[in-house]
Amino acid sequence: MHPDLETLPLGAWLNQALFGYYPYICLAVFVFGSVLRFDREQYTWRSGSSQLLRRKQLVWGSNLFHLGILFLLLGHSVGLLTPHAIYSQFISAEQKQLLAIIAGSLAGAACFIGLTMLMHRRFFDARIRRTSTFGDNAVLLILWVQLCLGLLTVPFSLGHGDASVMLRLSSWAQGILTFQPGAADYVRGLDWPYQAHLLLGLTIFLIFPFTRLVHMLSVPVWFLGRRGWQLVRTRAPEMPHRIVRAPSRAPAE
Amino acid sequence: MSHVLDRLLFFTRKTETFADGHGVMNNEDRTWEEAYRHRWQHDKIVRSTHGANCTGSCSWKIYVKGGIVTWETQQTDYPRTRPDLPNHEPRGCSRGASYSWYLYSSNRVKYPLVRARLVKLWREARATKAPIAAWASIVEDEAKRKSYMTRRGGGGFVRAKWDEVTEIIAAANAYTVKKWGPDRVFGFSPIPAMSMISYAAGARYLQLLGGACGSFYDWYCDLPPASPQTWGEQTDVPESADWYNSGFIIVWGSNVPQTRTPDAHFYTEVRYKGTKSVVISPDYSEASKFADLWISVKQGTDAALAMAMGHVVLTEFHRDREVPYFRDYVRKYSDMPLLVRLVAKDGAYVPERLLRASDFGDGLGQANNPDWKTVSVDDATGQVVVPSGAIGFRWGEEGKWNLEEKDANGRDVKLRLGLKGAHDQIAEVLFPYFANTASNGFASTDHPSTLKRNIPVKKLALKDGETIVASVYDLFLANYGVDQGLGGEHLPKSFDDLEPYTPAWAEAVTSVPRAQIIATARGFATNAEKTNGRSMIIIGAAMNHWYHMDMNYRGVINLLVMCGCVGKSGGGWSHYVGQEKLRPQSGWAPIAFALDWARPPRQQNSTSFFYAHTDQWRYETLDVDELLSPTAPDGDWGKTFIDYNAKAERMGWLPSTPALKVNPIEVCRRAKAEGVDAKAYAVRELSAKRLEMSCMDPDAPENFPRNMFVWRSNLLGSSGKGHEYFLKHLLGTSHGVMGKDLGGTGRRKPTEVQWREQGPEGKLDLLVTIDFRMSTTAVYSDIVLPTATWYEKNDLNTSDMHPFIHPLTAAVDPAWECRSDWDIFKGIAKKFSEVAPEALGVEQDLVLAPIQHDSPGEMAQSADPKDWWKGECELIPGKTGPNMVVVERDYPNLYKRFTALGPLMSKVGNGGKGLAWSTEHEVDALGKLNGVVTEEGATKGMPRIETDIDACEAVLMLAPETNGEVAVKSWEALGKQTGREHTHLALPKEDEKIRFRDVVAQPRKIISSPIWSGLESEKVCYNAGYTNVHELIPWRTLTGRQQLYQDHSWMRAFGEQLCVYKPPVDLKTIDPVRGRKPNGEKEIVLNFITPHQKWGIHSTYTDNLMMLTLNRGGPVVWLSEIDAKKAGIVDNDWVEAFNSNGALTARAVVSQRMREGTVFMYHAQEKIVNTPGSEMTGQRGGIHNSVTRTVLKPTHMIGGYAQLSYGFNYYGTVGCNRDEFVLVRKMNKVDWLERPRAEAKP
Repeated sequence: MHPDLETLPLGAWLNQALFGYYPYICLAVFVFGSVLRFDREQYTWRSGSSQLLRRKQLVWGSNLFHLGILFLLLGHSVGLLTPHAIYSQFISAEQKQLLAIIAGSLAGAACFIGLTMLMHRRFFDARIRRTSTFGDNAVLLILWVQLCLGLLTVPFSLGHGDASVMLRLSSWAQGILTFQPGAADYVRGLDWPYQAHLLLGLTIFLIFPFTRLVHMLSVPVWFLGRRGWQLVRTRAPEMPHRIVRAPSRAPAE
Repeated sequence: MSHVLDRLLFFTRKTETFADGHGVMNNEDRTWEEAYRHRWQHDKIVRSTHGANCTGSCSWKIYVKGGIVTWETQQTDYPRTRPDLPNHEPRGCSRGASYSWYLYSSNRVKYPLVRARLVKLWREARATKAPIAAWASIVEDEAKRKSYMTRRGGGGFVRAKWDEVTEIIAAANAYTVKKWGPDRVFGFSPIPAMSMISYAAGARYLQLLGGACGSFYDWYCDLPPASPQTWGEQTDVPESADWYNSGFIIVWGSNVPQTRTPDAHFYTEVRYKGTKSVVISPDYSEASKFADLWISVKQGTDAALAMAMGHVVLTEFHRDREVPYFRDYVRKYSDMPLLVRLVAKDGAYVPERLLRASDFGDGLGQANNPDWKTVSVDDATGQVVVPSGAIGFRWGEEGKWNLEEKDANGRDVKLRLGLKGAHDQIAEVLFPYFANTASNGFASTDHPSTLKRNIPVKKLALKDGETIVASVYDLFLANYGVDQGLGGEHLPKSFDDLEPYTPAWAEAVTSVPRAQIIATARGFATNAEKTNGRSMIIIGAAMNHWYHMDMNYRGVINLLVMCGCVGKSGGGWSHYVGQEKLRPQSGWAPIAFALDWARPPRQQNSTSFFYAHTDQWRYETLDVDELLSPTAPDGDWGKTFIDYNAKAERMGWLPSTPALKVNPIEVCRRAKAEGVDAKAYAVRELSAKRLEMSCMDPDAPENFPRNMFVWRSNLLGSSGKGHEYFLKHLLGTSHGVMGKDLGGTGRRKPTEVQWREQGPEGKLDLLVTIDFRMSTTAVYSDIVLPTATWYEKNDLNTSDMHPFIHPLTAAVDPAWECRSDWDIFKGIAKKFSEVAPEALGVEQDLVLAPIQHDSPGEMAQSADPKDWWKGECELIPGKTGPNMVVVERDYPNLYKRFTALGPLMSKVGNGGKGLAWSTEHEVDALGKLNGVVTEEGATKGMPRIETDIDACEAVLMLAPETNGEVAVKSWEALGKQTGREHTHLALPKEDEKIRFRDVVAQPRKIISSPIWSGLESEKVCYNAGYTNVHELIPWRTLTGRQQLYQDHSWMRAFGEQLCVYKPPVDLKTIDPVRGRKPNGEKEIVLNFITPHQKWGIHSTYTDNLMMLTLNRGGPVVWLSEIDAKKAGIVDNDWVEAFNSNGALTARAVVSQRMREGTVFMYHAQEKIVNTPGSEMTGQRGGIHNSVTRTVLKPTHMIGGYAQLSYGFNYYGTVGCNRDEFVLVRKMNKVDWLERPRAEAKP
């Protein structure tokens, strides 16, 4: 047995497991799971929209939710992953935290309204309920809880205006991504809403490849930059030789 | 390659633009395209068809992939037709293309199902008792019996094992045979031509058991009684390709593109040749768009329209100008030149019987059947002659039954048309007129009930004194109101006079402008004149479903005959209604009715059966006094219809099921105990009234039908006219009957049939339905057996629409625990043979069979019929009463008999339509083809009929249509009767033998046979009556001619000697329920019409999800905009239609297409699909038949009288339903009754 383990208190061990190891498990499943699914299960790679079944509540619900969640996603990525040294040239950590709290609360509120509407629709519209899978329901519930936890951190953040927690969180995130030993220590002892929010957030990465969330990776944006109106795929493996091969199989009867 | 990596190859991705940059070519991965290729790949294609009752009979390719039927497409390999004729294919419609949905749908019956309460009782009883005793212990305990019977229709099925359910069925059958008699086991399955072997399976089992098979063609009201009346032929019609030979087509009450979809192309194509077309339909039907002229006739008044057209043709083409072709035709091929006796009535005369040779003192030299030889006048000599061809020549002598222009002595004669100029005097003759009263808003005129017309007559010295006779021709013209210059009352001077039956008169009755009537009649006749009869009338159920359908049809037939169209290529009468022609009929009948083991079979006309046993007679609203003619012969005509029906059964005119109040096996036993012949015993006991016929007391428990099989049918969901009465009385379960019975209404009660104050509820001990889908009938059954679909079994299929025979073949094995009908009944037979010895051995069974058409017996009573039951004559079986034959039933060997071809085929031979030929050679050949039974026992050495394919081979081997050798034999047999040479019609195909594998390879054209009246030839299309006209084979009528004058006393009683217009009858079902349960919405009265639809597989299957999706997804009724407005209904509202028969719920389709005053409910919309509860009955809203009730017509019961003799599905009462009216009301509350049964509102 490793000598450290004997002296390591249970809390520290748990902290290392949840915030030091668990993130890698989640990210690994996220990456490899998504690649595998995209390769092997193309027909399942979809958003699973229920718009054909019912438009009601979807226009407001879906738009509010998506706008909110996209903004939050962007905010979290920029906020957590931008090194302090870079943004401190423009704003202070305290200002950044205040910005995050205000913008995050607004986006969070929009997202909350949208998500709640979607949940209502999914659980109380008979037609939608009957066609929902376990995954559809679970994803909605998890996102909703995660959003609530995120919003719950706002009062805590207001309690410590010195942005120390924010800095610890971004150090942790950057530490994990850059494989720094001891990254988990940054978040040790944080208030429970932060920790719960982190854990659930990691879990979302974990379940990502198994749910409709994968549609995030296939946002149809490429066509915006596409040249031409008519797309033709060549049969020849090489271009531009225009080798016309005989059909590889007899045409279906 | 990996999809992910492909996406990441930004730098090796090659693109190239074209079309000035508007197009981009790239080398993206294309493996995803395989998905689309796999979608249409398949493992095999199998030929099959759809056994629906649409008469389509289309050959289909069934695609199988991974053991699953995936889809179907039309076959395109029909044998080619002649160069000048379009091909038949592609045959098939959207309904057929959606069939494969059924195989794996949630509605498929996958396992044997049995009512839970029943199987619980059974298991309890079976624990201690043998099977038959166990069944007895259940049904003899009324509480137990009621416990499952009252739940019919209410769910409660559980899965069971085949072994267990077949044992229940076998035990129930055996118990019923023992306790009540084998004829208390009844089976209903329609239209064998849809899937002949599947029909034969059940029928063969029933006949070996001694059970009865119910008819369907008459019950469906698709049988046009006018056809047997006129031609002695059930129905024979041109194939659809013959439309292409026509020059003028009237489509009358038929909706060709909608209900004959695969054939409609011939109708489209012939119009490019310049053929004119008139479509007659009250609504703007799909066919109407094909028309040069669309005539919107008031529904139910078609006979008036036909009479007016006839009036025009007779006036302009026979009287004012004699068209030689027409005159020649009616002289040779119709009864117009024949003579009719006139009898005095009310100071004038009425036409009576056709004059017979026997009316003369010397019988005009006719020793053989002088009673049945009709008489005419030779134009050249003015002498009375007996022209050859009458039915008297058909039986008892040879060589003179033909239509040559010769008399009985072989002298050439030219019969005289009309006596004018050769007459002795002018007589005033009364013709009945019925259109001076009408109900329910139908038009009437103020003419007297009899119209007096002057007729040229001859005086003849007959056996019973001097008698006045007239010619049918003169009576015929006078009846049409066509004056030959002799005068009379109410005779029009011009077409514009409002006298029967002028175009002006018809305009008042039918709402059709007179100009349209005149133009159509002239166009029709002019074309016929120029083309020698190539004018055609395509006709449909719309006209045949009225109470007075025979008037509608005879009006049309008269028109065709007076224009010389019947039996002419491109001409004639094309009645396409539920009549899928069973082409190899005479090869099939022995297998189906087990004629190889016992004759005669037990066959029942279903209309009379259901009228009696669902107790619809107890609610009769129509009184015979409303129908009788003012010219009726003296006599006691004032009886109820059930009395008439019982009389007809007693006299052997109609079949009886059950026949005797005492078990027919018991009758034989008693006779044996006395040491007398069972037949003599029965005659003695019946005459002494110690033995009673069941028809005299249908509500006695001894006379209940006890077990019923329904297969290939949706009897309760589609064809059960008087649906709610079925539920109440036959099944004894919850129902929606709202009217009172005769005890409550005080209407005329039967005088001869026993009336019981309390109508029995729940007659059937066991209802077994065999189906592949959970139909409405299945829901009401006690046991549901899962059968193979049309893609899972081997069978044969033919149609009247084309001359090909083709197969159903098993593309895949029956899914889940399903079995083919053949295997199911074989399994029941096997189990029965195991169970039977507990109570039954070899038994003698006394079969009562009606006097058959096409047998010498059809000459039973030539004069006014006498009734033995009333003491008017002796009971002579086969003459004044039913035939009686003792048949041996070998119950323990029933299974062995089922699976082998019995000895009677070689011993007695085979035949059909009055012809007989030997079949020894065919039996021998079949033994070699199928193999013979090698097991020891009763059937050793006989040809095997083990599998469905064996059965197909047996049919094909025995039938003249599929075995050229048999065809030649059958033509030879006919040649003996006619004295003419007919074999040239089949000799070129003598060596042709169509086998099952042949038709699997490609549909085969059948061989011409005398069973049918048209030819299968390379030169002409099949056309009904063609051989009558071209081979001079008589029609199988009294006169041997197309018989337009009906002289039976019952016909005269109802004034139907000649065609007249009779308004629809008043069924009086509205007043008892009008305003009874108001819901605040307006109730409007509409005529209830049930045509065939676009979104069901013809009349049967409307639960198909694809079809439901294309329509409104559930039951609908169609209303006119005007009626909808009156009732405050807008499109898609839920409405209820009801009358005293019951109620139905549906959504409203409000359409401009509809004629005011009518409501359409397309036939056979299932109660099991999206049907809410009724506000009137509290029950789940019914089906279309919830508001109908069967009404019988006495003239359809006539028997023992040449062409008016019984034949299975040939003649008999028909289940009409179009005279019905309903109240239509918007629904206030749509209650889906989605709660446990106990909570259902009362």
